[in-house]
Amino acid sequence: MSVTTLSPSPALAQPLARAPIDARDRGGPAQPLLSVSGLQKHFPVRKGSGPKQVVRAVDGVDFETLKGETLGIVGESGCGKSTTAKLLMGLIERDAGEMLFDGEAVGSRALPWRAYRRQVQMVFQDSYASLNPRMTVEASIAFGPKVNGVPGRQAVERARALLARVGLEPKRFAGRYPHELSGGQRQRVNIARALALEPRLVLLDEAVSALDKSVEAQVLNLLLDLKAEFGLTYIFISHDLNVVRFISDRVMVMYLGRVSEIGPSDTVLAEPAHPYSHALLHAMPSLDPDNRTQEALLAGDPPNPIDPPSGCRFHPRCRLVAPVCSGTEPPLDPVGPAHRAACLARQPGSGHPDAPAVREAA
Amino acid sequence: MTDTQAVVLKDLKVGFGKVQVVDGVDLTLERGQAMALIGESGSGKSVTLRAILRLFPEGRSRITGTVAVSGRDVLGLSKRELADYRGREVSMIFQEPLLAFDPVYTVGQQITEAILRHEKVSKAEARARALALFERVRIPSPERRLDNFPHEMSGGMRQRAMIALALACRPQVLLADEPTTALDATVQIQILLLLRELQRDLGLSIILVTHDLGAAVEVADRISVMYAGHIVETGSARQIVRDPHHPYTIGLLRSRAEGAMDKGARLQTIPGSPPDLTNRPAGCPFAPRCFLAEERCRRERPPLGAVGDGHQAACWRAEEAAAAFRAGQARELACA
Repeated sequence: MSVTTLSPSPALAQPLARAPIDARDRGGPAQPLLSVSGLQKHFPVRKGSGPKQVVRAVDGVDFETLKGETLGIVGESGCGKSTTAKLLMGLIERDAGEMLFDGEAVGSRALPWRAYRRQVQMVFQDSYASLNPRMTVEASIAFGPKVNGVPGRQAVERARALLARVGLEPKRFAGRYPHELSGGQRQRVNIARALALEPRLVLLDEAVSALDKSVEAQVLNLLLDLKAEFGLTYIFISHDLNVVRFISDRVMVMYLGRVSEIGPSDTVLAEPAHPYSHALLHAMPSLDPDNRTQEALLAGDPPNPIDPPSGCRFHPRCRLVAPVCSGTEPPLDPVGPAHRAACLARQPGSGHPDAPAVREAA
Repeated sequence: MTDTQAVVLKDLKVGFGKVQVVDGVDLTLERGQAMALIGESGSGKSVTLRAILRLFPEGRSRITGTVAVSGRDVLGLSKRELADYRGREVSMIFQEPLLAFDPVYTVGQQITEAILRHEKVSKAEARARALALFERVRIPSPERRLDNFPHEMSGGMRQRAMIALALACRPQVLLADEPTTALDATVQIQILLLLRELQRDLGLSIILVTHDLGAAVEVADRISVMYAGHIVETGSARQIVRDPHHPYTIGLLRSRAEGAMDKGARLQTIPGSPPDLTNRPAGCPFAPRCFLAEERCRRERPPLGAVGDGHQAACWRAEEAAAAFRAGQARELACA
């Protein structure tokens, strides 16, 4: 069983192992690795004549990723989580917004896109579509370093060391093509490829969602090991709340292109402040035959991001809805330590009947 | 076969070319019961399900054994009888409704076509039935939605329409092949609840194929676990989740991320990957990945044996496995 051998290889320990404090670190541990503000992406839709319409895929997203943490992003399809990942990676161009990577603006003269992308890599959901079918897995992994100036032989050596590290014996697997591997093995190759440039931030966009449960657990363990070994920071996008709870330190919940709640994963996924997070949690199957889910808290499908509802975007599906919700867009305000939620019912003085009382100057 | 049995499979084997995908499956579904077949990809769960409708081309597949639905031998049906049987007695919903519907006809046309094929009714009556079905599966503004093409609906609504189509000719048995895998969690739970409600209200017998234990528990009364073309454990949902006796079932339960007590702790995994079906190991197919495997397991394949009331497992060391699971649970409780 080649895929389970996870012993670190000696060849890898030298070139890739990194001291806990990265030589590329600038702002120190307290400075967020990536901070994003006002990120926005609208896609135009062509629909005959008539008024021009846009899909508001990402519509003003602010968050920070701290050094060494795993930030989980959850939400329904169409909430903009994958578009956010693509914007962070620069795979599509943002319409507006600022991105600071370790204190430097991405795309500025100090940190051009090319230098940024060397430090930020991504693993996609479809393990097959994201590998070149005409390249051996070794060549795929070595490609990035080669393009970035690593001499050919050294790049291949690094690829083999990484293959061994992700549990694929280089002798057996290096010369194979993607179609000769199983889904779990291919996703290991994708992870190895993402690590080939020694990145500091890895974006995992539904990276384990297409795998079988037993293989998913193996890959999650591998991700935890790699993170500790290489001092990585993860942004982990998934629709599976159980997996996100397991792997993330903090969780960000998105709804229709906006952040609805962000906070420590133990808090957000146990006592969510936003009614949408509550409904998402409630929708997970219970795994308790004596305590099956009795009703679905959310009816229907997620609404269309072309024409989002006014005020709070969640109000048409919300169980706490009040008249004020359709008129006022809730800000993402603190509701607890390091915990923010965009819900009027949680914000003092918002005019929502369930809102906590405004505390007098104390 | 008695009156209360909706589907009976006996020693079902399905092979394609050199690969024996389903290798001797015995399964009984009682009337009005919901059963889940769970397993990894390649375990033969979908093939077993499709064999009940004989959806495989004759020339390229070999089906042997017995498939009996309401006492009728499905493998002996003629082409004409098979067409009558599909949809009328047993029908199926698929994972990807966009592929299962014909894109050039409206959903309403496809449902009325199915009704007209099986029953002598007027077009108007068939349309009224389709409308009633849309209301039954709770599609909003059903009158307007009947005239939609499949691509005009959202994923959840399409799956509801698929269920309406499957129920159009009032079948006794509904087969569901990963019906919620392509859907969001919030929509998935709605579809699972709908299936449960239909089972209760219409007395349907349901076989649900899924890889998600959580989805299985939400709908099914009984769960059968498949591995490498065999059923390795079968029992009530409660027995499978609380008192599993097969090491593979135990591995599936343990590797779930929500079972992990501490964050950052490693998940318990099943080592290795599923076996290559063209090159089946002798003995128990799970032995190379099993934490309890011994010499005998590599030599002889264990039969499905009773381990409790209506609970069977195919394992030589089922009692040891169950004891190991209970000990693990006790440890977790002690830690919590």
